[in-house]
Amino acid sequence: MTHENSSPLHDWEETENERSSEPAYRVQLEGFEGPLDLLLHLIKKEQVSIYDIPIARITEQYLQHLCLMQEMNLAVASDFLVLAATLIYIKSKMLLPRDPASDTPVEDDPRRELVDRLLEYQKFKAAAEVLWSRAEMEQGVFVRGPLPTDDHNPEVSATAFDLFNAFQRALERRKEILQVEIARDEITMAEKLDQIRELLSSSDRIEVDELFERAGSRREMVITFLALLELVRQTFLRLVQQIAYGRIYALRVVPNLIPKS
Amino acid sequence: MTEDLRQLKAIIEALIFVADEPISAPQLAAVLADHDRDLVVTAVSELVEEFNARQSGLEIRLIAGGYRLSTRPEFHEQIRTYLRSRPSAKLPLASLETLAVVAYKQPITLPEIQELRGVSSVSSIRTLLERGLIVPRGRKQVVGRPIMYGTSKDFLIQFGLADLSDLPSMEDFEELVAG
Repeated sequence: MTHENSSPLHDWEETENERSSEPAYRVQLEGFEGPLDLLLHLIKKEQVSIYDIPIARITEQYLQHLCLMQEMNLAVASDFLVLAATLIYIKSKMLLPRDPASDTPVEDDPRRELVDRLLEYQKFKAAAEVLWSRAEMEQGVFVRGPLPTDDHNPEVSATAFDLFNAFQRALERRKEILQVEIARDEITMAEKLDQIRELLSSSDRIEVDELFERAGSRREMVITFLALLELVRQTFLRLVQQIAYGRIYALRVVPNLIPKS
Repeated sequence: MTEDLRQLKAIIEALIFVADEPISAPQLAAVLADHDRDLVVTAVSELVEEFNARQSGLEIRLIAGGYRLSTRPEFHEQIRTYLRSRPSAKLPLASLETLAVVAYKQPITLPEIQELRGVSSVSSIRTLLERGLIVPRGRKQVVGRPIMYGTSKDFLIQFGLADLSDLPSMEDFEELVAG
């Protein structure tokens, strides 16, 4: 389980599904974005200065929290354990007396690195909050409704993700069609590459979905997918999409328009 | 001359209205190629100023380097009632945190992001890529050649930013955190 999605709602939804084996009640834990987030929370709760963290106390609290998380059947991610180890290391270092005979200058505070990380992390946490409120504000802003001509405007490049999604959609559709006849056609990668090249020499663009549909078997669909990636790599074609999640088209790249980069 | 300017402003207003994405000054100048370029630039800035001074239900804002006509945020309730729409699901906070790191530190690699956040960030990077908020920006020339990420134009549009410098500076956060 990743702790990335550990919003309270998400956890609740998960437990809902496996309710039969779970106790009848559920305590909700505040969702922490990660170990640094938890540490900041503890520092705030204990009302101590971030520049002068009472390591022993905070370490104890931190470990207690991890135990609590385990009791709650939440998987404690390794990131939390790494920080626990760091805290214990700092604590032990602070307990050791400084060597009076040492001629090296007074050593840095062992907490220093951690404090720096916390301060840096805190800034980005604040930045995330600013983004959150900006997004909220922008959700209240509306632009004119779509016009039929909008699709004529500059295309956005489709990403490998979009292509993969289109591939998956085609696979899904295929599942719905019950196939009785099992005919294995042995089209090779080279043949598929030629086929697409040929299609693109007769028309300037083809719909990617159509290419997948044309494929006779699952295997051919996979070859189509790989052939498309290969042709993009060779800059023979580019994949464009007019709207997010929209149809993807393969366009022939005009050789002299290939950017140098 | 003044007559020309007035008409130019009217044309630009119409163009900003029909554009489905923020339209930039060079794009406007390209459409209005038979007009003096400097005059177009003057017309744009005068139009924006005059239009927004009207305090009407609409405003022209500079977003992602272009001009966009939109409603004012304060009327969102009435507009939603009419459109019968609800605000769409927001990004999870983990993704926003990752987005903030990318926005301020771009181009940045996944290991660098994880180092900063102290937590695995693979799934939030995936969410952000899927939503088109970040894009790959080549590979870093270090061992393993990890992919570097940066924010996209869509990021600026969705967060209503003129450009990246429109984000509050990191120094502002330092004060905020210290204070």
